[in-house]
Amino acid sequence: MIGGRAPAAGHTYSVPELQAMAKELRRDIIQTIYTAGSGHPGGSLSELEILISLYFRVMRYDPENPGWADRDRFILSKGHASPGFYAVLSRAGYFPREELATYRQLNSRIQGHAHPMTPGVEMNSGSLGMGLSFALGCALAARLDGKDYMVYALLGDGECDEGEIWEAAMSAAHHKATNLVAIVDRNRIQNDRFTDDVMTLDPLDRKWRDFGWRVFETDGHDLPALLDTFEKTQRRRTRPTVIIAHTVKGKGVSFMENNPGFHGRAPNAEEYQKALEELA
Amino acid sequence: MVAQRKMASTRQTYGETLLDMADSFPDIVVLGGDLNVSVFTHLWRDKYPERFFDFGPAEQNLVGVGAGLAANGKIPFVSTFSVFGVGRPFDQLRVLVSQGNLNMKLVCTHAGILTGEDGMSAHGIEDLSLICSLPAFTVVSPADSVETVQAVKTAASTEGPFYIRLSRAATPVVHEEDYRFQLGKAEEMREGSDVTIFATGVMVSVSLDAADMLAAQGVEARVVNIHTLKPVDEEAIVAGARETGAVVSAEEHYFHGGLGSIVAQVVGQNQPVPVEMVALQGYSESARAEELMVKCGLTPEKVKDAALKAVSRKK
Repeated sequence: MIGGRAPAAGHTYSVPELQAMAKELRRDIIQTIYTAGSGHPGGSLSELEILISLYFRVMRYDPENPGWADRDRFILSKGHASPGFYAVLSRAGYFPREELATYRQLNSRIQGHAHPMTPGVEMNSGSLGMGLSFALGCALAARLDGKDYMVYALLGDGECDEGEIWEAAMSAAHHKATNLVAIVDRNRIQNDRFTDDVMTLDPLDRKWRDFGWRVFETDGHDLPALLDTFEKTQRRRTRPTVIIAHTVKGKGVSFMENNPGFHGRAPNAEEYQKALEELA
Repeated sequence: MVAQRKMASTRQTYGETLLDMADSFPDIVVLGGDLNVSVFTHLWRDKYPERFFDFGPAEQNLVGVGAGLAANGKIPFVSTFSVFGVGRPFDQLRVLVSQGNLNMKLVCTHAGILTGEDGMSAHGIEDLSLICSLPAFTVVSPADSVETVQAVKTAASTEGPFYIRLSRAATPVVHEEDYRFQLGKAEEMREGSDVTIFATGVMVSVSLDAADMLAAQGVEARVVNIHTLKPVDEEAIVAGARETGAVVSAEEHYFHGGLGSIVAQVVGQNQPVPVEMVALQGYSESARAEELMVKCGLTPEKVKDAALKAVSRKK
C-alpha cells in the first residue's frame, strides 16, 4: 500500500529502504538539475526526507487517479524546490522517471516551478507565501464535503518572511483547520544568504504557537524521527499543526551542504561528477 | 434633457442574488474580508454561516484560500472593495487563480470614483486595467442592478475565473426586467448611424443621456453597452466603427488599460476610425459621488462633446 490508506495494495517501505531511496532520489535531483542547466538543488536536497516520509509512509493517494477526491493533499509552497518534488512524484508513480530529463525544457510537463500540469501537483507555485493559504482552502473544502483527508503544506524558512504566511497561520487557527499540517524546511539559508543575515525568524516555534498552532520540531533528515513526528500529528488534533524540520541545505553533497551558493544554481560538469560520486 | 431613471444598488443586488443561488448551487461558498456589510455578503453570512468564511482585511490570504477551495470543486465568491480585492492580492490572482485557471469568482464593490467621500485611496480606478491583464479572467462590468443579477448568475454557472465590478453608490437602472444578458455579447441600447458610444458600468446611463442631447442637435449616436470587457465583443466594436465611422469610449476608470484601450485596440487593428475617450485622467479626491462625476468630466455633456469631436474628425 502506498501511504497508510491508499486504495491499491502495495509495499510498506522499511526505514532502510527509505534511506536507500533517499540516496537514489538525491542522484535524480542532481541529474535533473544538471541536465536542465538550471534549478534549485539546495532546497530540493534539504526537503527530500520530508517528502519521502509523506509519500511513502504517511499520505494516502492513488497515482493512477491523481484527482481521487479522498486523497490527502500535498502543497509544495516553496515551488522552486520542484526537482526534489518531481523525483518523489516520479518514484511514487505519477509519471515516468525518464520525464525528469525534460525538466525546464520546451514542451515539458515538468515546469521550473511546480504547476498542476504535472500529474500529482495541486497548485501553481513560484511566488512565495501562497501555499499555506491554498492548503487552508483545501482543508476547508474537506470540512464542507464531510471528508477526512489531510492537507500537508511544505514551506521554506525564508518563505516565512512573506506576510501571507502569517495571514494564513492566523486564519487557519481561527477557522480550526485541524486537518492542516504545515512543515517548515528550516535549512537556514534563503536566496541571497543565511536566513539570520536576511531576516531574523527565531523564535520561530513561538511565532507559530502564538498564532494558535501546535508545534513539533524534528531533525528533517532522520527518517525514524520524521515518521514519529508525523505519527504524533495524527493524535489529538484540535488545532492546525506545524512541524519545524531542521535540515541542511544541499544535504548529501559535501560542497553544497550549508552553502548559500547552491540555493539556485546548477552544478557544472566537474561538480556534477563529484556529486554523483558522493551519492554512489 | 436627462432621463429620470430608477436608482438601485448593485452591491445590494449582489448580496440578494447570492442568496437566490444558495440552493441551486450547493458548491457556492462566500469569502469575506471584514467588509461584508458594505458588500452585502453579510446576508449570506447570517443565513449560511457554515458556507461562509471571514479572513479579515488580509486579502492575499483571502484569495489564496479561495483558490484552494476552487481547486477542490467549490465555487468561491470572494468579495471586498475593488481597491483591496484586485490591488493587494494581484499576485495571488495571477499565480494561483489565472495561471491555475481556477473557478473562483471575485466580485468587488466600491469600484471607481463613485466611492466618493473616502477619497483617492478608496477609488478603484485601475482595477479593469489590472484584471484584464490576467489571461484566464472573464471580466464583467454591469450597467445596472438588472444586469448585475444575471452577470452574477452567469459567473456561477460558467467555469473559470471571473471578475465582476460593482459600485458603492446606487446607480440608474437602464434595463427592463425582461432583459437577457449574454456573456461576451455587447448590447446595442440605442440605434444610430453618425457615431458609436461604447460604454460600460454607470457610464451606460450617462451615454444614453448624451445620445438624447446629440439627437437634439441632429446627431444620431449608437449606444453600445460593453458589459463584458473580456472577452470583448470585437464584432460589435468593429461594426460600430464601420457603420458609423467614429467612436467614443466611456468608462468610470482610468484612461489607461480599461475600455478605451480595448476599444482603441480593436478599432486600430480592424477598422481605423477616429476614437475619443471619456475616462478618468488621474486620481480624484474626497467629495460626494455626483460632485466627482462632474469634476472628473464623466457627464452627458462631456460624452456629447467627445462624440461631436469624433464626428468632426471623420475624413
